[in-house]
Amino acid sequence: MQTFFQQIINGLSLGSIYALLALGYTMVYGIIKLINFAHGDIYMLGAFWGYYVINVWHFNFISALLSAMLVGAASGVIIEYFAYRPLRHAPRITALITAIGVSFLLENGMSYLFTSNTRNFPQIIKQVNYNIGGVLISNIQILILVTACVLMVLLQLIIKKTKMGTAMRAVSVDADAAELVGININWTISFTFALGSSLAGAAGVLIGLYYNSIDPLMGMTPGIKAFVAAVLGGIGSVPGASVGGFIIGILETFVQSIGLSAYKDAVVYFVLIVILLILPAGIFGKNTKEKV
Amino acid sequence: MLLKVDNLVVNYGVINAVKGVSFEINEGEIVSLIGANGAGKSTILKTISGLLKPKSGTITYEDHEIQSKHAPKVVADGISQVPEGRHIFSGLTVMENLQMGSFLVKDRSQIKHNFDAVFERFPILQQRKNQDAATLSGGEQQMLAMARALMASPKLILLDEPSMGLAPIFINEIFDIIKEINKQGTTVLLIEQNAKKALSIADRGYVLATGKIQLSGTGQELLANEDVQKAYLGG
Repeated sequence: MQTFFQQIINGLSLGSIYALLALGYTMVYGIIKLINFAHGDIYMLGAFWGYYVINVWHFNFISALLSAMLVGAASGVIIEYFAYRPLRHAPRITALITAIGVSFLLENGMSYLFTSNTRNFPQIIKQVNYNIGGVLISNIQILILVTACVLMVLLQLIIKKTKMGTAMRAVSVDADAAELVGININWTISFTFALGSSLAGAAGVLIGLYYNSIDPLMGMTPGIKAFVAAVLGGIGSVPGASVGGFIIGILETFVQSIGLSAYKDAVVYFVLIVILLILPAGIFGKNTKEKV
Repeated sequence: MLLKVDNLVVNYGVINAVKGVSFEINEGEIVSLIGANGAGKSTILKTISGLLKPKSGTITYEDHEIQSKHAPKVVADGISQVPEGRHIFSGLTVMENLQMGSFLVKDRSQIKHNFDAVFERFPILQQRKNQDAATLSGGEQQMLAMARALMASPKLILLDEPSMGLAPIFINEIFDIIKEINKQGTTVLLIEQNAKKALSIADRGYVLATGKIQLSGTGQELLANEDVQKAYLGG
């Protein structure tokens, strides 16, 4: 039973990182129907930014986190402006391939500029483990969970309660009608990229603290897993992305705990196959027919 | 003159949908544009509201040309369109749909005033204000679409087939509402396949066929015209 709760704790910590990433996938998909495969690389940029400002400028955790969110948001907006906006009316597959291209550009660009070495992420917060009834929980795990939950609640408030959040939802259901009430579509799409990418930037700093190591290719696998999480929750659904992220995180830690570490990624992809077969719209997704 | 469309030519994809159309709307009027499916009515409306760009010709609104403006700028100028098929925001509540209608209105007291006015005119929307807009009936959705456009306090409202797909009882109600909106100072450009209804409430009308204006006159003149009767009023 202790092992079970231990894995739940570990799974929730990892899952909150996936959830933060999955939110970006789902929001961008919701508004322009694009799977932004470069999203995992924004998380990498966030981690590198955190690494840099903590080492060189001696930022503390909060300022590293907030500045990484700003850097994430700016990268997302810039990528959308230069790579995706010119393709707004192109076939969807064109934008998708462009997203993969942007991902390669960021990964290889960072490797070229800063070498592909793995670096140790500076441990600004000294790890302390608490033993609660035999279950170990570290202060970093608590920090990750709390930060992720605060960000998710804030995001939900922005989407549900603010004018820009409502405009985002309006554009995602009917872009033409949104223009006819005076909503600037380009601005709203930039805003969506900024929100989603800021969460990826935050996730990058959090994973640096949790796993201690970062490298230019670190965004690939978590990016794909977060995408699976978004599909599991129902792509386009914001609560779905959070729930999907936690499920994937817990699943992965359980697979590791029963001694199948080598297969943890395979299990996640197996889950993707099962969802696509049984529940193609995901847990919270609406089963809508494509209009032609 | 509030709006003047001069020699407007619009291509819709590869189709030359509007072939040199001119008409005008005076302040305070209800003007109906009637014509069969594919005559170019909706294309004209979308061009006025900035969703489509004309190939040539001008659209002059309050003494300045607006044909190259983007849709949100046209809304800011005071022209609101109620699109064909209603296009309410499903998944958003009735209240949120209306809030989006006043997206460009900065003055909070103006927004409050518009909410009061809209709820007074459409009491059903007030009853359903916290409901998902997708759960409304067709007639209620049409009212919501009109209310949403009114939330921007437009000077000119463009209505694209407001009676389409509605039960007869709702159709009468919608036309009564259009007359009321007009009485309270909003100029109306109405596009309809229901020509009889549209002409009967119109000050003036234009008959459109294959991308050109064929006839124009007051609503009563057009209703009495033999050609119009034959073509659009079922003899």
